[in-house]
Amino acid sequence: MSAAPTAPAADALTVSDLELAYRVRGHDRQVLRKLSFRIGRGESYGLVGESGCGKSTVALAAVRYLPRNGRIRGGQVLVDGRDLFKLGDSDLRQLRATTVSMVYQDPGRALNPSLRIGRQMGEIFALRGIGKAEAHDRAEAMLQRVRIADPRPVLHRYPHQLSGGMQQRVAIAMALSIEPKLLILDEPTTGLDATVEAEVLDLIARLRGEISTSVLFISHNLAVIARMCDRVGVLYAGTLVEEGATRDLFNDPRHPYTVGLLRCLPRRGRRKDHGRLDTIPGFLPAPGSVMQGCIFAERCALADDLCRRVEPDLVDLGGRHSRCHYHDKAPGLPRATPSDMAAPLAIAREQAPVLTVANLAKTFGSGLHRVRALSGVNLELWSGETLGLVGESGSGKSTLARVLLGLTAPDSDSRVELDGKALPGSTDDRNPEQVKALQIVFQNPDSALNRSHSVKGLIGRSLAKLAKVARGDRMARLVALTRAVRLADRYLSVRPRQLSGGLKQRVAIARAFAGDPRIIVCDEPTSALDVSVQAAILNLLADLQAERRVSYIFISHDLGTVRYLSDRIAVLYLGRLMEIGPAESVFNGPHHPYTEALLSAVPAIDGQSRERIRLEGEIPSAINPPSGCVFHTRCPRKLGEICELHEPPLLASEPGHEIRCHIPADVLAGLQHIAVDEKRFPSRLPK
Amino acid sequence: MSAPAETAGAADSSTLRTARHDRLRLLLRSVTFLAGMAIVLFWVGCALFGARLVPYDPYSGDLLNTLGPPTADNWFGTDQLGRDVFSRVIVGARDILTVAPLATLLGTLLGTALGLMAGYFRGVIDDVLSRIIDAVNALPLIIIALLALVALGTSNTTVVIVIGVIFAPIIARTVRAAVLSERELDYVGAARLRGENAFYIMFIEILPNIVPPILVETTVRLGYAIFTVATLSFLGFGIQPPSADWGLAISDSYGLIDGGFWWTVLFDAFAIASLVVGVNLVADGVQSAFET
Repeated sequence: MSAAPTAPAADALTVSDLELAYRVRGHDRQVLRKLSFRIGRGESYGLVGESGCGKSTVALAAVRYLPRNGRIRGGQVLVDGRDLFKLGDSDLRQLRATTVSMVYQDPGRALNPSLRIGRQMGEIFALRGIGKAEAHDRAEAMLQRVRIADPRPVLHRYPHQLSGGMQQRVAIAMALSIEPKLLILDEPTTGLDATVEAEVLDLIARLRGEISTSVLFISHNLAVIARMCDRVGVLYAGTLVEEGATRDLFNDPRHPYTVGLLRCLPRRGRRKDHGRLDTIPGFLPAPGSVMQGCIFAERCALADDLCRRVEPDLVDLGGRHSRCHYHDKAPGLPRATPSDMAAPLAIAREQAPVLTVANLAKTFGSGLHRVRALSGVNLELWSGETLGLVGESGSGKSTLARVLLGLTAPDSDSRVELDGKALPGSTDDRNPEQVKALQIVFQNPDSALNRSHSVKGLIGRSLAKLAKVARGDRMARLVALTRAVRLADRYLSVRPRQLSGGLKQRVAIARAFAGDPRIIVCDEPTSALDVSVQAAILNLLADLQAERRVSYIFISHDLGTVRYLSDRIAVLYLGRLMEIGPAESVFNGPHHPYTEALLSAVPAIDGQSRERIRLEGEIPSAINPPSGCVFHTRCPRKLGEICELHEPPLLASEPGHEIRCHIPADVLAGLQHIAVDEKRFPSRLPK
Repeated sequence: MSAPAETAGAADSSTLRTARHDRLRLLLRSVTFLAGMAIVLFWVGCALFGARLVPYDPYSGDLLNTLGPPTADNWFGTDQLGRDVFSRVIVGARDILTVAPLATLLGTLLGTALGLMAGYFRGVIDDVLSRIIDAVNALPLIIIALLALVALGTSNTTVVIVIGVIFAPIIARTVRAAVLSERELDYVGAARLRGENAFYIMFIEILPNIVPPILVETTVRLGYAIFTVATLSFLGFGIQPPSADWGLAISDSYGLIDGGFWWTVLFDAFAIASLVVGVNLVADGVQSAFET
């Protein structure tokens, strides 16, 4: 459909020696350095790297839509064989309208909130001179193509009336409407739930089979890239450090940075008693810093004099490239963090639990607008153990955390006991010992740390208030605590704004530990962090637990991290406990169909496709939950009427492992047999 | 999408500046702010040192030289009692520059306290405070001030109190809005989990983070306060004789304009206008530096 005929041999995108800088306060800060890569016809190319590596800048450069302070200082970008930087304004507009399109991370912000979907999609066709009636038909056809079963009503809705997954489908449909030669996907599933992410990724994969669009897929998530792309480029500080076919690159990385990234991930069923995760020491260089030698040398265990002096070229290793002098030694990169850790705690389950929750319910609102955010939750937490809480957003994980902490009062017939004594519903009614016992590490340290207070003030106040440390001893305790979370003393006087995300989270952890709590709720503590930082924080949490015998309630949507840290796991759906049990039993099965679906939604970094069970649609509204088993509307293993009429009880499938399902555990085990097998022997790869 | 330009992976404190420094730099580079500040500082200088610098005693007249036009001796002419208008304009800055800032300060303190309480506690306290705020804001400021001054009797202190109390709800509304978004942040939850009381959370945790909008509102209010004080003085309910206050001077002499004695009014009017403009320029500068 493209208006301009081009030579058939032209690549969809060729970037050569691109040098790009942002002008900040009168100084150019280099963000892309001599970047070269190409995407062939119909190829799917992934770009990975941590935040700040310049991934999004590449995407913006590929459509020449840079922020006003962006400066191109050299190099060339060819889209469909045409030099992007030489195009005039009208040619550029023409190119964007016909050849290249982009899908952004947050569809809620990419769609115009005040236009109906039909109108927005119609605009794309109108641009190409297609009449109104035909545009409407085409829009409908496009929505069908992105697997929206009933597109007509969707066309008449406003974006906010659609769920996140639906919005992203619409955004993809719009991007594909022009039948682009190049489709740029910038973190298209990052804001979505794992189950929705899986659906959207399935969709993109299937669409790729139907149309011959080339794809530039940008993500920080290695597993997503592994699943979606033919070739991958690893970006570090604006430099391409490694490139190659997806399978080769992830199975046999040849650059220390790639090796480090892969080791940071808790994968293949790794658990805290297997030892610490490896980390990448140091920090990403600030944008614009002038470097001599290899850009990664500062953080690389293999680096020697040569690396610090001479910048390595992108070495051709037969179809793949690595920008490393010692690419042959990269797979044997020495660990940055020793694997051995204090012996994991033996959890004395014969003793009374620290925390007992019985019949916990939380209802928001009243009358007709009652939302049962939690209902009938029973659980126990022993000293020194980690209970993982998983579930999609809207499943009640965070509400459960807030209720336990006393930030939100539970319904009156709920019982929460700490050490066998009833715990008042609101933190204001709790005695100092009880207040001290329960602390939290929030998801977003920017919000959790008061930006007007210094690190010293933030932690010191908790020491004074919770641990009742006298003024004279406070400094010594403060230093001891910051050392315990591996935070250098020099950060004591700074404000949170001056710290990186990982350091901020360390301050938050130090604050949570200030009063020697019994239980710490970790509400997605690593989801805002890059993988290398995440690994360090997970290690820290595990170490502190072993040292101080604290219990964690660990909330996360990332099943890999939950598995790494948790001793037991509770699965929530619509505020109800669907499954609870030892982490390994929950992961290995037999498990609840919902757990099964959550597990199969996680893309595997090894790139193996496995039998996938997909959930349809989104989590239903808690205002009007389904009858019987609340999961029956989406359950892939629904039996029939019994599921719609009767809520199944939580039944023990083995000691300590309970599942809320009408299907008996042994039958579930049979149904899930294949999946179990694969999970037990997932890896053919060297460690 | 990671915004590449603001990425700072490294926490090298030497390369990073605090928000406060950035704002100060922005402010000191703003032409608007600097121009406004020059005008305001000129009048502040007059208020502080004017009495010692003026050529004539601004309070004693020369009955042989009444209503004299501007000359080399009397630059701005003389008024109907033969007092030197130039000296009076310079010295006239003193009262208005005492009363208006004090009134604004009082309004800011009261308004901040009210706004913090309304925004933090929500519920009944918020409803009651918000309705009072709405009611006060619905009435014309000058009318309430006049009524209050008539009832209480007029003096500089009462003017300060009356204007301060009237401004409080207006400032409270701004503060409340800022508190509403701030109290949803997790650090407030963290403070509650530490067992902090409401007073600590409001004044130690939240207040420092909402200083910028309060500062902007205060400077804007200062402009209004100057205007209001001048108006009240003109109407005879503000600053009282024998002060050389500008509003008072205009009120004494405006009947003379018809007789062609323009100098008795023009320079005082110009003084008021320049001060209000100066303060508003400062407010604009502060606003653009703090609200970006």
